[in-house]
Amino acid sequence: MRIEGIPASPGYAEGPLFDLDRPRARYKAKAGAAEEKAALEGAIGKAIGRLAALVEAADGDVAGILEFHIAMLEDDALSGPAFASIGSGQPADVAWRAALDSEIAGYEASDQDYFRARAADLRDIRDQVLRALSEDSEVAAPPGAILYGEDIAPTRFLETDWSEGGGIALRAGSTASHVAMLARSRGVPMVVGLGIPDGPRTGVALLDAERGGITFSPSPAEIEAFRQSASLFADRQGAAQTFLTEPAMTKAGTAVRVQVNIAYPSDVDGIDVATCDGIGLMRTEFLFGKTLPDEETQYRAYRRVLEWAGDKPVTIRTVDAGGDKPVPGFTVEETNPFLGLRGIRLSLARRDIFRVQIRALLRAAIHGNLKVMFPMIATPDEYSQAAALFAQEQAALAALGVAQKLPPLGIMVEVPSVALAPEAFADAAFFSIGSNDLTQYVMAAARDNAAVAHLNAVRHPAVLRLIAAVAAFGREKGIPVSLCGDAGGDPAAIPALLEAGLRDLSVAPAQLAMAKAAIADVAV
Amino acid sequence: MSASAEATVLITHTVGLHARPSVKFTKLAKSFTAEVEVAVATNGPWFDAKSIVKVMAAKAPKGTMLHIRAKGDGARAAVEALVDLVQRDFDEDADHARSA
Repeated sequence: MRIEGIPASPGYAEGPLFDLDRPRARYKAKAGAAEEKAALEGAIGKAIGRLAALVEAADGDVAGILEFHIAMLEDDALSGPAFASIGSGQPADVAWRAALDSEIAGYEASDQDYFRARAADLRDIRDQVLRALSEDSEVAAPPGAILYGEDIAPTRFLETDWSEGGGIALRAGSTASHVAMLARSRGVPMVVGLGIPDGPRTGVALLDAERGGITFSPSPAEIEAFRQSASLFADRQGAAQTFLTEPAMTKAGTAVRVQVNIAYPSDVDGIDVATCDGIGLMRTEFLFGKTLPDEETQYRAYRRVLEWAGDKPVTIRTVDAGGDKPVPGFTVEETNPFLGLRGIRLSLARRDIFRVQIRALLRAAIHGNLKVMFPMIATPDEYSQAAALFAQEQAALAALGVAQKLPPLGIMVEVPSVALAPEAFADAAFFSIGSNDLTQYVMAAARDNAAVAHLNAVRHPAVLRLIAAVAAFGREKGIPVSLCGDAGGDPAAIPALLEAGLRDLSVAPAQLAMAKAAIADVAV
Repeated sequence: MSASAEATVLITHTVGLHARPSVKFTKLAKSFTAEVEVAVATNGPWFDAKSIVKVMAAKAPKGTMLHIRAKGDGARAAVEALVDLVQRDFDEDADHARSA
């Protein structure tokens, strides 16, 4: 049985299914207090061991959080009340939950944002031990498995060993989710929107994340055809690798700049800077994750990427929260978030938070070739207001004697009003076309809704016409125009984008080689 | 014979004595045998500086005057080392250089 879905990260995976939605095992109470105490001690030790293994693979910021979790778990002051309750007759799981819940309540009651946000860490710590207590053997998926279920948490992705292949198949999910981005940058095949009917949760399956589909209980003929497609895909990828280290160029000898999109500072660790022309898009929403990052955290993150890139440009997008990317304490709940207070609209509405990011960017700018762009710009007034905030913060930092530099300020072209009337934005230092949002707004098809995914087509003539018009305007006025949406890395869309006049694309790191190979095939 | 030492230091780190700084602070405190305590007010309450749960509970944001006191072997060295760590902003930038 094959179920069709939407490819979120290309590739092929053949392997046993792993049920993401399997219910959690229940804790079995032990014979007496001594055994209960031993069970809790063991579970805490196990949770620490698991976190320690994750720290190994994590980078600075993530590792810092995990180390904090470990330190909390190692502290007797955290578990003391739970052991006391066990002494007075409670089972380990009840005692641990009660002890942690009371600690969590203390954090939730804090009047400081930062402190309140730590409640989420405490809940995570609580659940990790509860999982270890119930001896949930499903904690880790076996290597090479296809993880199948409604949706998947980013931590699950990070915990999974992808070294022996495997993939992700989701009934819901989104190609724009954090996990989809992680999957693309690590080259893990992923399909979303598999919807109905629900497939079996055991046995072997074939995941085709090139066309988008999963085959359950495959016949020998299906397996053979699948392996052929997978091997052809691998060949194409292998051939593409030869393009990786060369500058991108079309068949006609036209040079094309290819930059990469990143979401986390650590994403650059896996990229050879020589293989790309810079960072065309560094998202900053993920830094904002569950808590609002302070200026220092942001500064360090930006500086790290700038130092990695050396002379090459790094284009950082100011926080694009809202829409499908809520940030507690920042975004607002809306009935129609894609058309609401998101991107630059939200930043201008919450200037206290925006100014923190601006200061971090101004300070980081001295460490490399920084460019900054604003998301969701719809009117020239928004651009002027944002630019004025940069000027104000620059003056304030200069007055304090803090080293800083004003980077070139550009805009994302993703709201149709900008693509239709770009002449109002001749002041902007550069344009970057966000093809995902531009397409969803032109086609009126939400990008996170699998039911209208067929409408979400960047190659629709209406979308391509707008892209061509923006590229032509940029050439005429000497404003650099690039494109940083998913279309830039899609071999099927690249010919149309180059024909529309674009010569500067930014793609997911895992798509770099394929994108360059696809460019070499175009005759413009 | 029991040595004791006490000092006060201003927290200048942007987020104050929070998650990551607290990890470093308690780790350093644990490297001394002396009993070490912290407080955000001169009259207490005093928290065990070797317990991250307690140190986090002190809720010390940027701009807090942190009081540190120690008793026992190496008390003075412990207080000096902890004051120095706070004054170095918990080495947050140096750490960055290591991971970059």
